[in-house]
Amino acid sequence: MPFRTPVLDTGPSTISAPSDAVSIVARARDAGRARGAVVGVVLAAGIAVSFAISVSVGDFPIPLAEVVPAIFGFGSPDAHFIVQTLRLPRALTALLVGGAFGFSGAIFQSLARNPLASPDIIGITAGAGAAAVFIIVVVGGGGLLVSLGALAGALGTAAAIYFLAYRRGITAYRLVLVGIGVAAVLSSLTSYLLTRAQIWEAQRATVWLTGSLNGRGWEHVRPVGLAMLALFPVVLLLARPLRALQLGDDTAKSLGVGVERYRRYLILVAVALAAVATSSAGPVAFVAFVAPPIARRLTRSSLTLVPAALAGALLVLLSDLVARRAFAPTELPVGIITGIVGAPYLLWLLARANRVGTGG
Amino acid sequence: MVTKTAPRANSKVVGWERRPKGLVRSRSARAAGLAASLVLLGLVNLASIAFGSKQIPFATVIDALFNFDPELNDHLIVRSLRIPRNTVGLLVGAALGLAGAVMQGVTRNPLADPGILGVSAGASLFVVVGIYVFGVGTLLGYVWFAFAGALVASLVVYFLGSLGREGATPVKLALAGAALTAFLASITTAILLIDVATLDQYRFWAVGSLAGRTPQVAAQVAPFIAVGGLMALVSGRLLNALSLGDDVARSLGQKVGLSRAFSAASVVLLTGAATAAAGPIGFVGLTVPHVARAITGPDYRWILPYSAVLAPVLLLGSDIIGRVIARPGEVQVGIITALVGSPFFVMLVRRRKLAEL
Repeated sequence: MPFRTPVLDTGPSTISAPSDAVSIVARARDAGRARGAVVGVVLAAGIAVSFAISVSVGDFPIPLAEVVPAIFGFGSPDAHFIVQTLRLPRALTALLVGGAFGFSGAIFQSLARNPLASPDIIGITAGAGAAAVFIIVVVGGGGLLVSLGALAGALGTAAAIYFLAYRRGITAYRLVLVGIGVAAVLSSLTSYLLTRAQIWEAQRATVWLTGSLNGRGWEHVRPVGLAMLALFPVVLLLARPLRALQLGDDTAKSLGVGVERYRRYLILVAVALAAVATSSAGPVAFVAFVAPPIARRLTRSSLTLVPAALAGALLVLLSDLVARRAFAPTELPVGIITGIVGAPYLLWLLARANRVGTGG
Repeated sequence: MVTKTAPRANSKVVGWERRPKGLVRSRSARAAGLAASLVLLGLVNLASIAFGSKQIPFATVIDALFNFDPELNDHLIVRSLRIPRNTVGLLVGAALGLAGAVMQGVTRNPLADPGILGVSAGASLFVVVGIYVFGVGTLLGYVWFAFAGALVASLVVYFLGSLGREGATPVKLALAGAALTAFLASITTAILLIDVATLDQYRFWAVGSLAGRTPQVAAQVAPFIAVGGLMALVSGRLLNALSLGDDVARSLGQKVGLSRAFSAASVVLLTGAATAAAGPIGFVGLTVPHVARAITGPDYRWILPYSAVLAPVLLLGSDIIGRVIARPGEVQVGIITALVGSPFFVMLVRRRKLAEL
């Protein structure tokens, strides 16, 4: 991703003195920050609205006015039950999983300096998927067992990729290529299991592989919620070294950043987020890939961790709303909608950015 | 043309000198390596015809090729089953290898596989629509749906990626392709979840297989692969220039947009035809060019022919293994390529400094 300097609306066309240059840089930076803040606030507002709507609509609609009281345990017993046991955990899972994938994708894409890198491509979700399909098809397990298997699969795959790519340190390029190799093995194992399975098991496995929020309860919220709570401050702390790493190893080193150490931390955090999110909702397709470039294009900045997480959360929440209500009472897996909603939006952003010449 | 005559200062700017060279440095050694790979390919071809659920001696294979006797069972197997299958494997392998190398050159991205322009996803969606809406059930029927899907998807990606002032830059193309792939794959999954019968047919096509490919399948895709392959092989110089970055390429007198469109067109022909014939096989096109690059260094005039020869070696070799390990059934080639190729690929990636793009 090339660095994009924010375009100034006003300002002198020639730079006469160093102080002018400083003020121009400062103003550009402030403009960029202001834009980032506005984007963040708008995304957060969008999340709040879709969260409320998501809790409100369903086969048993709950008026928006009763949603907030019911969330905090007040209101009528019916509303209380539906919100507390059915809709709230599901909406929270969507929010947290989307955020986790957004963070994870943004970290991987910045580390690898490649817009195509994401946990989907470099093998972590492939590991989770192979383990989950193995449990569905061969062991015949469901629910918690699949979640635990996916978690173990993701972490085990990440460890394997890391050690296979390790050779007197880790480079992003080698990590990504090894990830591709490992992912290819795992996804062929998955397809092999799918061709050997009974068709009903194959269908159940396909739903899981697409990513679904159907029937998610508090037991799915808890792990991903704890992970986000623990790792969110870590991500914020690591944002500064990540910004340096984006400039390339040599530059980062000369800036005094411990390249190897921070890269290891960043990989660890991104893997943990992706693994926990995948174990809760399956590898919800394309969120980790699509959210960061959307956030980058909205904020026009090259590194956007929090906006990427917000964009991911909004995408999953909205998609789940559509997945639940589009063919009600049939509920589609959310992973279908994230691709159908998120990808055209990214394409539109790309096309628009390209027309005005800021794409690339 | 680029490596030797470019002024020193210039090559320093683009970092050409810092790029690790391949295993084989001299021109004659590279030619010898290519010849050795061709011999290897010939042996694999012979083995691919001889091995299978029924073992046929090499002598009989040669006999069936040059001295065909329709009365003999083994000759019939060779002529009507093994040779068509082998031909499709050869064509598909070469197509995927070339397409992968060209695609990585065009997008300057090591993660670009031949499907990155949305080709595989488009082909898959059209095949699924063919099964679900039109009730297509034969391989020959899939071919045209797959090809149409590949064409439509890649045209959309190229159009979206080339909007704007600079035209189709690598990043824009790659992002547009990956996003459209996401979109199409979602629709494909939606149809598969709605209709179990479609999923039941599709899952066997989607793995990627050479089983049951008839001479008609080979004949349908061969012209596309021939034209696309020729276009890819002559685009080595263009890709060398593009790999220096658009600005340097332009200053060397390249028509950047035209070169890129020409190369991309060859990828669409090759990948569309390969996907139509054997289903979406991702691994070959993604990894074989990296192997070729490790052998030859970053010169696309060598990477391309090496990829074209090594990819069918991997594909046909995997097909042999798939037929031998599960006799009398077989494991689809799309599964085996990754299992066989990945350990080798990972080993290669770990090897000293890798020739980067």
